[in-house]
Amino acid sequence: MDKPVPEIDADSREFRDGCNRGELRYQYCTSCGAAQFYPGSVCRRCQAKDHLEWRTSAGKGTLYTFSMVHRGPSLAFKPDQPYALTLVDLDEGFRMMLNAVDCDPTGLHIGQRGHIVYERRGDQHIPQFRPEENS
Amino acid sequence: MKAAITGVSSTKVGELPDSTCMGLHAEASLLALEDAGLRLDEIDGLLCAYSFVEPGVLLASGLAEYLGFTPAFASSTSMGGVTAAMLVSQAALLVESGTCRHVLIATGDNRRTGLGNKAVGALAASGHPRYEQPYGMTVPGAYGLVARRYMHEYDLTAEHLAAIAVNQREFARQHPLAHLQTPLTLAEVMDSRVIASPLRIHDCCPNSDGGAAVIVSAGDAAADTRQARTSVLGTGQGHTHDHISAAPSLTDFGCRQSSRRAFARAGVGPGDIDVAEIYDSFTITLAVELESMGFFDRGSVGPAALDGALGPGGKLPCNTHGGLLSYGHSGAAGGLFHFVEAVQQLRGTARGYQVPDAKLAMVHGDGGILSAHCSVILGRE
Repeated sequence: MDKPVPEIDADSREFRDGCNRGELRYQYCTSCGAAQFYPGSVCRRCQAKDHLEWRTSAGKGTLYTFSMVHRGPSLAFKPDQPYALTLVDLDEGFRMMLNAVDCDPTGLHIGQRGHIVYERRGDQHIPQFRPEENS
Repeated sequence: MKAAITGVSSTKVGELPDSTCMGLHAEASLLALEDAGLRLDEIDGLLCAYSFVEPGVLLASGLAEYLGFTPAFASSTSMGGVTAAMLVSQAALLVESGTCRHVLIATGDNRRTGLGNKAVGALAASGHPRYEQPYGMTVPGAYGLVARRYMHEYDLTAEHLAAIAVNQREFARQHPLAHLQTPLTLAEVMDSRVIASPLRIHDCCPNSDGGAAVIVSAGDAAADTRQARTSVLGTGQGHTHDHISAAPSLTDFGCRQSSRRAFARAGVGPGDIDVAEIYDSFTITLAVELESMGFFDRGSVGPAALDGALGPGGKLPCNTHGGLLSYGHSGAAGGLFHFVEAVQQLRGTARGYQVPDAKLAMVHGDGGILSAHCSVILGRE
């Protein structure tokens, strides 16, 4: 069994295409100034429909919270158990669920800085969070 | 005239190898009719929830067919753990509008024996398919994210959460139908295996087989039934998000709005409540809700729980049947067990611990990852 590969739809195509070339794309509302993730067709803060433009994040962010998951949703995640499920706040003002990778999970802490890396998953590259060295 | 809850029932809860989803629905329905002193042909409205084991599209039609009756009104609602509370509030609207006289709410699932080890994966499907599921989000993992952040911002520790689990086990041990009956200590909770840090196995509710039913009657029609009247005094909802990665806050959730709306409609406040039956899929769920709803100040429920505030004779006896954590969690029936218990407390006929002279109860449901909330105030008359 393989880990889930995200399906692409009209809302997510620009984001997925960006990930596949190593760019973290997010939406920015030119009407109200909100950064938006996950992508949609309407601004979730002001409901403007035609004011969402795509921007590229610098890919740097801060660990908002995390959980070490010891029992995953399927056998595909078993080899990684326990793995770090996180919410990361990107510097441009949006939040993503990611795994913390390439790190010592015992050193994870709220407020930790890190940057986006990409994991090959099927025919896609999905973003992940690599924390900076624990200090 | 306010709607009244006139019949309640719970089947046995736990590992029931010979149970089926529809069989549990039917058993609970007939028990609730008997409790109310009503016949099936007096029921003109039927409300159901959903099933993970038999995920049919028309569950209410399926139950009507299985039971052999033809209600004048039927509907199913699928909103996760908040569904039971929503069905009670919808039933109140149906009888108060004159659409129905007696509404049967029936729930149940053989989640434990029917899903087995597929349960974790089935429930994880609530994660966003494109932005959460690829990261191995599970429901305990998502609540673990909330717990870690809440513990970072407020005075809440693993020991505080353990005190909630122990408190509810003590209540469950007094109830003949509860799923988990073995004694539990703080040390056992804190030494138990980690499921999704900081949550351990005893911070998580079990999957249980079981069914529950509630009958809601029009105020005047309640006179046709045989139990002491329990009125639905006020209901309220709160909705802030679906997916936890899109939640506006990880410490402030829609339970704050839902409880305020319910209290305002009932004309009472948190200090008036004698017994609380509050959704507790995890220990953190209950802690967050009790502080958000105004029963405790931020950062105070943990020390209070450790001090016995949620137990017999405490400031707020909470989940007096054992809650989802120890009475059991059977899908939508899990949330309806809280109503069954609240009504029996108000009647003075609790099967386990009885809160002396309980007059006002709060019941609360939570769906998703603290996403959708519904609060209901019940009163004895």
